[in-house]
Parts: sequence; structure tokens; C-alpha cells
Amino acid sequence: MTVNAPPSSSASSTAVSSPLKRLGALLAVSLVVALMTGPSGDSPTPLAGVKGSIFDVRVFKFLLAAVVIWAITLGYARLQPQIAERRAAVTTTSRRLFARPGSRPITYLLLLVLAIIIPLQLSPAAQQAAVTDVGIYALLALGLNVVIGYAGLLDLGYIAFYAIGAYATAYFTSSRALPTHSSVLFNPFAVFPIALLIAALAGVLLGGPTLRLRGDYLAIVTLGFGEIVQKVANNADGFTNGSRGAFGVPKLSIHVGPINYRWGIDPLPYYYLLVVLIVLVMLAFSALERSRIGRGLAAIREDEVAAEATGVPTLRYKLLAFSIGASTSGIAGVIFATKQFFNPQTFSLQASLLVLTIVIFGGMGSLFGVVLGAIVIQGTFFFLRDVVPPNDRYIYFGALIMVMMIFRPQGLLPSRRRSQEIALAESGGASVEMLSAGTVVER
Amino acid sequence: MQLPQAVRAHSPTIRIVVTAVAVLLVVAGLTKIVLDSNLTWSQFLQLTVDGLTIGALYAVIALGYTLVYGVLQLINFAHSEVFMFGAFGGLFAARWVVGSSGLPRGAESVAYVAFGLGCGALAGAVAAFLLERTAYRPLRKRKAPRLAYLISAIGASLFASNLAGKEFGRQNVPVPPLFTDGVLFRVGGAEVTLQTLFIFGTAGAMLILLERLVNGTRLGSGIRAVAQDADTASLMGVDVERIIVVTFIIGGLLAGAGGFLYAIVFNASYNMGFVPGVKAFTAAVLGGIGNVRGAVVGGLVLGLVENYGGYLTQASYKDVIAFGVLVMVLLVRPSGLLGERLGRAA
Repeated sequence: MTVNAPPSSSASSTAVSSPLKRLGALLAVSLVVALMTGPSGDSPTPLAGVKGSIFDVRVFKFLLAAVVIWAITLGYARLQPQIAERRAAVTTTSRRLFARPGSRPITYLLLLVLAIIIPLQLSPAAQQAAVTDVGIYALLALGLNVVIGYAGLLDLGYIAFYAIGAYATAYFTSSRALPTHSSVLFNPFAVFPIALLIAALAGVLLGGPTLRLRGDYLAIVTLGFGEIVQKVANNADGFTNGSRGAFGVPKLSIHVGPINYRWGIDPLPYYYLLVVLIVLVMLAFSALERSRIGRGLAAIREDEVAAEATGVPTLRYKLLAFSIGASTSGIAGVIFATKQFFNPQTFSLQASLLVLTIVIFGGMGSLFGVVLGAIVIQGTFFFLRDVVPPNDRYIYFGALIMVMMIFRPQGLLPSRRRSQEIALAESGGASVEMLSAGTVVER
Repeated sequence: MQLPQAVRAHSPTIRIVVTAVAVLLVVAGLTKIVLDSNLTWSQFLQLTVDGLTIGALYAVIALGYTLVYGVLQLINFAHSEVFMFGAFGGLFAARWVVGSSGLPRGAESVAYVAFGLGCGALAGAVAAFLLERTAYRPLRKRKAPRLAYLISAIGASLFASNLAGKEFGRQNVPVPPLFTDGVLFRVGGAEVTLQTLFIFGTAGAMLILLERLVNGTRLGSGIRAVAQDADTASLMGVDVERIIVVTFIIGGLLAGAGGFLYAIVFNASYNMGFVPGVKAFTAAVLGGIGNVRGAVVGGLVLGLVENYGGYLTQASYKDVIAFGVLVMVLLVRPSGLLGERLGRAA
């Protein structure tokens, strides 16, 4: 583990620009921030917002802040050696702490306890968000992580499988939610395997022909698939109830022997169910990553032609990754459908992009990173809900993504392999042997 | 790059049989639908005129995607926001010149439209330049992986469209009327209005200019060189960074002017870019991404197909039809109708 090069956090500071240029950039950024935080315009007077935020006294506040930050960066550049030293000391200590044998299970247990306790302390609104925003999106992101993080396939229509899971649940469990329903109605728990199969089947049907295409085409075809599913859900009134959505899907319930439990309106039970599912999925996927299939997928991601040449059945493995991701998404759809009302609006392209962003932001290929990404991104979203007008949240969200990509493209908690890849690319593509050497040490 | 596998997966006979069966099914289905729909000849011509008009707009936007894809091999996801800023740029310019003087006439109206187009193109170019500076160049300096560009572009797109929503309001903003619209002439029962002709003519002029620029100038040969092989081009003395910036600016000029044309018909709004952006990207892929002529053909084909299909089924299925056609074309001919040419991806 100590062989590995440290993650390249210092690369942004190595790209030193001239101080004057930096001042210009900071001033420009401060103007944008002034726009972001200033008064809004409206359609009859579309330029009022710009006038109120840029051509106003308040703009000097922002310009002044930019100059102050610039001065600080000047000082920072001088202090850099000392800071780097401190940082190195901290990282080595923490590494030594976490590398100690037996510390990993304890860390995991601690995280699990935190995941159980923290929601109890939250406000009801935050508990709701913990379920529908964080929990379900963490599950979705874990599934997409197999497709993007392990196999390197870009899927922009991922939310379609979530929709398929949700509509399948309504179809198989309720006689009222949709205009049509299956002849035999099931308990929602029995729908988990059904939705898993249907979503996986949809994944195979979509992936079968399209996975032969090159990466960018796969992106556009999956994007098209996502749009088609949403449009059909919106327009096929006879089956999906159109834009009115599905209402009245029965809640989850267990009736086994003495256990009789029914999920209700309280979000916490759903949260704990999600925690259990997420832990199971993480265990399964970490096993998958270490298996022969996982190594095959990594080979496909690195170089598909070489993988094919060395005997990896690339198409079959890609199809497998695709349908594993799809079925995870389908399961998330089941929970969502039993928890609350949904309509085609829920399954927009924006939602697909949000899941994708969570995966990349958290750290592609890293299970904990992906979950952390869901918590941070959705948490930021939730926090901003009280601070800025609801529509403005997307501005901050977009800015956050851009800043993240500029300063830490490997994500918050990158998988070790991924940060090596990025470090290698930055250093101008050193030998590939370094990568494989790293893997040997890691595994 | 997947050639060996593709060859193995589709043996020629199977491929021909599958293609033939698919084509037969599609033709049979289409004939049935057309016969059932009692579509008259003049309606058909009208659909064709409208389809070509919207298709020409798709083509103009698609060129931005195709050019950037050609030189960088990446999908510029935020191109639709360049389009949106172009529309607003043109709109504000038109509002400013028209003022409260009412409907302009004659030469005045020509000058105002030209001014609006120019300002729209300029706004688009500025937006594209800023986009390249903030979302792409920092990543390129760090040699970031391809996915990072995509995510950064998605972030930029969210940021830009919602910032516009905050500043310009979230309702539709109309462009003030710049000319008296009316039917100019009829083609076998289909009405061609001044607006239609103007949009089609402007789009056509821009496409021809771009074709000349890419294939007939020094700058164009620089762009083509970078598209073919950036490393070798830089060894031959091509300033690759400059070519990339210029490519973004050209794409921005086209998208900005296209945005203004679009806003004349459909008004401007903060999220106006999304649907035409996705359609234009589809058009670029359909024609063969990285191929300038392909983008034009793809745009026109897409405009026609979705207009016919929307009439035959229901208007809300237009997008479904557009994507369905894309998927089918990609399955039969993965490199698009005309093939990839400008920038064959490594």
C-alpha cells in the first residue's frame, strides 16, 4: 500500500499562473458570485436582476472580497512548503492509523453505527430527505457505479430502469394505482425479485444491441432510451396513467410467523430498510470487484481491445455489468414506489444526471465514495433549500460540480486504482506496469 | 475500436438478413399508418416544409457539436446553453433597437433582423469562449480523463441555464416582432411563409459559409489537421490550443445565431436549449459525428422524420420517434449516415 504514489492533490497548485492573471480570474468569479446572490429578474423586466446585482453598490463588496482572497493566495504561495509538510505529516499519521491490521472492520462498524444513529437526531423534513434523496440515490449510485466505475460504460438513461422498477411495483401489487394490473397481486416484498428480473431483462434488451457501439454512441442511445421511457410513461394513459402518475401503491409489509410489521408514513423504517439493502449491495459489489468478473471489467475499462485479445468475453461481461446496474436501479424503484406517489416527472434526464454526478463526485469505482457522494450532494441540496430560493439551488449545484472537476477530478473518496490512473495521466502517462504493480500490492 | 468484436458478432449474412427484415417491417408499418391516416398531399408538403425548417435549425446547432467533437473527441454537453445565451443576446439587441416604435418596415426590418442575428451570434461566441475557459481548459491542462470533461460540462450546463433562469425569469420571453410575417408563395398547397423562408435561407447561408471555412481556408485546414491527429498537427506547427478556442467560438457563433432564429419562432426561455440541444446532438450522431456535411444531412433527416412521425402518431411522441430512428440507424450503420470523417476517434 505504501508503494502507491500519493493522490495528486498538489497538481492544481503546480499549475502556477501569474499573480495578475489570478487577480483577473478572481475578479471575474466575484462578479459571477455577485450575480448568483443578487436579486432575481423576471420575464417582463429580464435585465432587472443584472442591474440590481452588478450595477449596484453591493458589487464592491464582492470585488473587495476577491482582492482580499487574492492577497491571501499570494501569502499562501510563500507558505506552501510548510503547508505541504504539515499535510504530509497528517496523511502519514492517518495512513498508519488506518493501515493497522484490524482497524478496517472497526471503521466499518463505526460508520454503520453512525448511519443508524444520525437520522434519529434529524428533523422530520430531513428524515424524509434522508430516505428519498440520500438513501435511494445512494442505492442508485451504487448500481450505476458498476456500469461506469467498473466497466467504464457511460449510461445516461440509467433512471429508466428505476422507472421500470417503480411501474412494475404498481402493476404487480395494486389494483388501483394504474389503469391495468396483473391478475395476481403480490405482497410488495415479493416484487423485489420480479422487479429485479424485469429491470435486468430491460438492461439486456437495451444492452444487447447497443453495447457493441463505441462509448459516445452508447451514451446517446441510453440517453434516448431514458427519454423514450419517460415520454411513454407520460403518454401511455392506458397503462401508466399518464402524467397523473401512480397513486396508492400498497406499503411494504412483513407477515412471517409471529412477525407482523407494516411500513407506514414514518420515513425512518424505510431508511433502515435502505441501510440494510445498501450494506448488502456494497458487500455483494465488493465481492464482485475482487472476482474474476471484476478484474475482467477493469481490463475492459482500461483497454477493450487488449481485454478481448487476452480472452475476456467483453460483450458478455459488459452486458452483465449493465444488467447488474439496471437491476439495482429496479430495486430502488420498488422501494420508492411503495413509499410514495410518483409520476413520470420523477424519472427525468436530470435525475439520471444527478445519479451520474453523485458517482463521479463521490469517486468512481469506490463504494464508500459513491455513498459519501450521495450524502454530500443531496445534503448540500437539502441545506440550500432553506438558504436560497429553491430554483437557485441548481446554480450552486452546477458551480460545485465544475469546481470539483477542476480541483479534484478523482472524486471525494477515490478508489485507489482510479486515483492512480489520474495521477498517471497527469504525469504524462508513465508505464502501465506501475498500474498493475499497484494492483498487486493492493489486492 | 471494437472492430474485431463487431465483425465477429455480425457475420455478413446474418446482418443482411436482419437489416432486410427490419427495413421490411418498418416499410410495411409505415405504409399501413400512412394509408390509415388519410394524409392529403398538401398536408404532406406542409409537413415537409416545416420539417425542413426545424431540421435546418437542428443542423446549425449540430455543427457546433460536430466541430468540437472533431477536434477534442468529446461531447460538449453545455452547447445547448450557448444556444440559449445566443437567443437572449439577440433578443435583447432586438428589443433595444425596436424600442417602443412598433413594427419596423422594409429596410429597417432587414437591418434589425441582421443586427439581432449578429448580436445573437456574438453572445453565443462569448458564451462558448467562457465555457471553454472555465469548464474545459483547466481539465485539459491536467490531462483529466474523458468522463471528467463530461461531468464538468453537465455542471456548466446546470449552472448557466439556472443562472439565466434567475436573471431573465423562468417564463418564455418573446422576441419583439421584427417583420410582417405572411404567406409568400405556395408549393402544391403547402404554405411557405416569410419566416420559414428566412430561417431556412439564413441557416443555409451559414452552413455554406462554414463548409467553405472548413474546407477552403488555412484555418479550416488547421481544424481538420487537429481533428485527424492533434499531436502530429502540433509538430507541424499548428497551434492546437488556438484551434480549439477558435473551434469553440465558431460553434458558438452558429449556435448563437441559431438560437435567435429559434427564439423568433418559439420565444426564449432559460431552459430552451435542452430539447433542441439533445435533438441536434442526435442529428450530429445520425449524420456521422465529426462530419460537417453529415450534421447537415442528419439535421434535415431528423427534422423531417420527427415531423412526419409526430403527425402520424401524436405530437408528444416526436422525441420518441427521433430517438427511435437514431437507435435503428446506429444499429445498422454505427458510424452514422455519412460516416465519421473530420475527426476519426483514436
